[in-house]
Amino acid sequence: MSASSAAYRPAAAMLGLSIREVSQALRDGRVSATELCRKCINQIQRTRYLNAFITITEETAMEQAQKADSRLRTGKPLGPLDGIPFSVKDNFCTENIESTCASSMLKDFAYATLSFLRSGSTDGVFGPVRNPWSYTTQYREQSTEDPDSDWLISGGSSGGSGAAVASLSSFLALGSDTGGSTRNPGSLCGVVALKPTYGLLSRHGLIPLVNSMDVPGIMTRSVHDVATVLRILQGRDERDSTTVQAPSTPTSLPEHFDIRDICVGIPKEYHAPGLSEDTLAQWSRVATMFEQAGARVQEVSLPHTQHSIVCYHVLCCCEVASNMARFDGLEYGHRSTVDSSTDAMYATTRHEGFNNVVRGRILSGNYFLLKSNYERYFMKAQQMRRLITEDFTNVFRSGIDVLLTPTTLSDAVRYSDFIREDNRTRSAQEDIFTQPVNMAGLPAVTVPTALSRRGLPIGLQLIGQRLQDWKLLTVAHWMEQQVSFPMISFHSDADERELERSVRERTHTIGS
Amino acid sequence: MAASSSGYSRMFCKLRKYANKSQSLYHIDTFNFVIRTIWISGSKTQLQPKVHAKSLPQMVGVVGLEIHAQIQSTSKLFSGSHVRFLAPPNSLVSHFDASLPGTLPVLNRRCVEAAVLTGLALNCTINKKSLFDRKHYFYADMPAGYQITQQRVPIAVDGILVYSHFEGRKRNQVVTKSVKIKQIQLEQDSGKSLHDDERSQTLIDLNRAGVGLMELVMEPEMCCGEEAAAAVRELQLILQALGTCQANMAEGQLRVDANVSVHRPGEPLGVRTEVKNINSVRHLAKAIDYEIQRQMEVLQSGGTVLNETRAFDSKSGNTIPMRDKEGLQDYRFMPEPNLPPLFVYESEASVPGGVDPAQAVVIDRLSTQLPELPSVKRTRLVETHGILQEHSFTLVSEDGLMDYFESVVQMTKAEPRKVIGWVIKELMGNLNSQSLKVSQSPISPCALAELINLVESGQISSSTAKQVFQEMWKAPEKKVGQIVKEQDLWMINDKEELQKICQRVVDSHPEEVQIIRRGNKKVLNKLMGEVQRETKGRTDPVKVRAILEKMVS
Repeated sequence: MSASSAAYRPAAAMLGLSIREVSQALRDGRVSATELCRKCINQIQRTRYLNAFITITEETAMEQAQKADSRLRTGKPLGPLDGIPFSVKDNFCTENIESTCASSMLKDFAYATLSFLRSGSTDGVFGPVRNPWSYTTQYREQSTEDPDSDWLISGGSSGGSGAAVASLSSFLALGSDTGGSTRNPGSLCGVVALKPTYGLLSRHGLIPLVNSMDVPGIMTRSVHDVATVLRILQGRDERDSTTVQAPSTPTSLPEHFDIRDICVGIPKEYHAPGLSEDTLAQWSRVATMFEQAGARVQEVSLPHTQHSIVCYHVLCCCEVASNMARFDGLEYGHRSTVDSSTDAMYATTRHEGFNNVVRGRILSGNYFLLKSNYERYFMKAQQMRRLITEDFTNVFRSGIDVLLTPTTLSDAVRYSDFIREDNRTRSAQEDIFTQPVNMAGLPAVTVPTALSRRGLPIGLQLIGQRLQDWKLLTVAHWMEQQVSFPMISFHSDADERELERSVRERTHTIGS
Repeated sequence: MAASSSGYSRMFCKLRKYANKSQSLYHIDTFNFVIRTIWISGSKTQLQPKVHAKSLPQMVGVVGLEIHAQIQSTSKLFSGSHVRFLAPPNSLVSHFDASLPGTLPVLNRRCVEAAVLTGLALNCTINKKSLFDRKHYFYADMPAGYQITQQRVPIAVDGILVYSHFEGRKRNQVVTKSVKIKQIQLEQDSGKSLHDDERSQTLIDLNRAGVGLMELVMEPEMCCGEEAAAAVRELQLILQALGTCQANMAEGQLRVDANVSVHRPGEPLGVRTEVKNINSVRHLAKAIDYEIQRQMEVLQSGGTVLNETRAFDSKSGNTIPMRDKEGLQDYRFMPEPNLPPLFVYESEASVPGGVDPAQAVVIDRLSTQLPELPSVKRTRLVETHGILQEHSFTLVSEDGLMDYFESVVQMTKAEPRKVIGWVIKELMGNLNSQSLKVSQSPISPCALAELINLVESGQISSSTAKQVFQEMWKAPEKKVGQIVKEQDLWMINDKEELQKICQRVVDSHPEEVQIIRRGNKKVLNKLMGEVQRETKGRTDPVKVRAILEKMVS
């Protein structure tokens, strides 16, 4: 990939189109769904070293592409996404396709739950590719090429989804976002990543991490595309009782929009230690950009931000301990061969299936939930969560429309640096800007802003009010047009390895 | 052993009543119940040997119940799987029931309505907003590793169950009592583990996993097995009338655990045990009485009662300690994050905009669906038909018997008081001896009414009618008239024929006639009996007496 906008080969050109463009091309017959699907699969093969995919459903994808073609030929596509290949993070259950969560606990686990992708709301998009998320052990194998070479982390935990979109292997990818898992890789890979309002998208079929914070995330290469996908996926699903009715949404984002009506808040608590110079510079540049265009920009305070991470860890451990209780090896998934007693079978199954990180969370979570500890930990964390939510409410009530913050501390880190810290420290650092949003259930989107001195993408985050996802995207769209982030395109294969922007994905944790 | 303990505790039970006299009366007054016999038996306890009572008051049992009632619903509490007893193993299991990751609970409105109806029938306060919690423990038949229940804010609280039982030598004195219902909570049932000892494996059937339960918690306000059994019996009738639970204990639709302790009145409650594995109302009474007696003996011999779970063994009538899998279990409760608070609305008008009133649970709407409850039925039966209170209990307790009785009353001119005898003695006697339900009776209400009408119009005698009844039972296809005719049982109403028969009896009993003539009128009854015997009861005693009196005078 490169920042060049020079002429590229036709295949890459087609893959680099936005959803809107490729959808039009399909309708006009300039490309067929089968051709498009074939190109995506080839691109996945070409970029295998990124290690972005766990399962590639080539056959199903081609079959569905043929069906899409016959619909397109008769002028009856199911919707704007008909015929467009997409990727799904491997913690979504998909019909008859194995879902592993990149975990040995769920290896070979497949069942026919209809994920919400098949709920009819997604208009027959089809899925050639899957990508990873490490639930337990580091199950995914490392790239065998250049074992000694250092490489970059694409962020997590929806890093595979981010890499899939950034490498032009797919036009859209679904991730999940519990503490920043969609926005973080979105920012590091230079793609647009939306964490919608909690409850706006169904979690039916999404294997949970923290139920009260999980949301499916949407990753594409433009804000407009995110909006298109959101419009299709959003809304009440009777299979998820926490979903809400979507507010009425126009067919597309407004082309003409007066930024002078908007008030942008800059939370002072987000000037965190460790924020890179590059990122800080971009944050200031974009704030100024808003100001110069006539938007009101003002500093605001979210005083409880500092407590968010520790509070998140308590809640996360509790829910993980609870959600993982079902993995006992009886009904499905890994089962230990030890069968001296049911308890022994449980214990060894769970010991074998979960890695240290997950075991640690389960043990802590159960500790926090003990009757004698409940008030001291879980209850306190819930109270703090409410204060964090109120911080946002107060700011928005004061007239702020969106908050502008960094998404990550810096651009993508190298693997060698990454492994220096333990998991908890890492996620504490990575989630610092993204995680409070999940506490409050608000929508937030990261928009690629510029390249760092190392030539790696930097994204900035916009945070909106609850159920004001459309307004948030409208502002994000304006920002996207102003920042002129270089378009992602591909050099010839030979060049690929040398490209600084090539982001290599590495799954790291159950995480953020 | 069990029998004697039961006798003991009945006495203790009375003692306690004595001690709590004012309190009991207060309750009863509050709810305007008949209290005429509540005290009668109290004084009898004085007959008890006063050995123990020298210095300290006698120990009494304290009983609280935890009842799991399976909600009668076509589908489970949080999934669309069907609910059916005795379906092939694991044939009613959805992805959610098997706890596959990525599945979410969706609350079944029918189950909520059942809980609200039950709450209303038990005079509970319905919480307009209730919450769901996860209760964690590992058990093979609970796939998620936790049960979704309502620990913090249940759907209904602070109710009262009014029940009655019988006392007195003839067991015909109705004693009315009440017990507080602490709460009713909605929760999931577990699956079933089937232990195959031969191959030392456990098989799991998840058909029951996720079926809706109402857990009813009764305050420890009962004092013996008999009271607890009466309370459960009344609850069964209420649930069945509501249609919210079939309440069959043998099929596990109603599971009763008893918390039992003993103490001396005025002192703090003793250490309690929980008795499980009770599968009938009769066993409940036995198990509780055994446990009270056991605890008293433990304490009297200087021991201490352990806080443990005990199982009732129906063969021996004993309770035995269960392997204490729950010893000091910490359930690590936490709010269920996938279910928003459950809202119930007072009236259609209070349903907020954005909520479809047809989908909402509305108390006013449910109140109008409340059927006639057993206690109301009984009062109505006593008032409209003038029958005895104890009979009203039998009518209401037997499924379909009240309807049977009322149909017969409608179809005959006979007094309901006469009909009740037929229904309770003849009909129930026959049904019970053959273990049949009312609906299986070979004699329809219509046929019984016909029979009673023949008696009323003097066409057959009442003693003959009983004979006919048995014939009808054996040959339900035959009409009443046909049986009477075939067996030649019509009443002899012809005066001359009666005269002849009486004359024959008088002639063959000269000695008796002499005695009567000397003034001993009682012997006339013997002659009357002879006439009855000769005519196989086909005569009207009044007429016969008149004729005989004339002849011997």
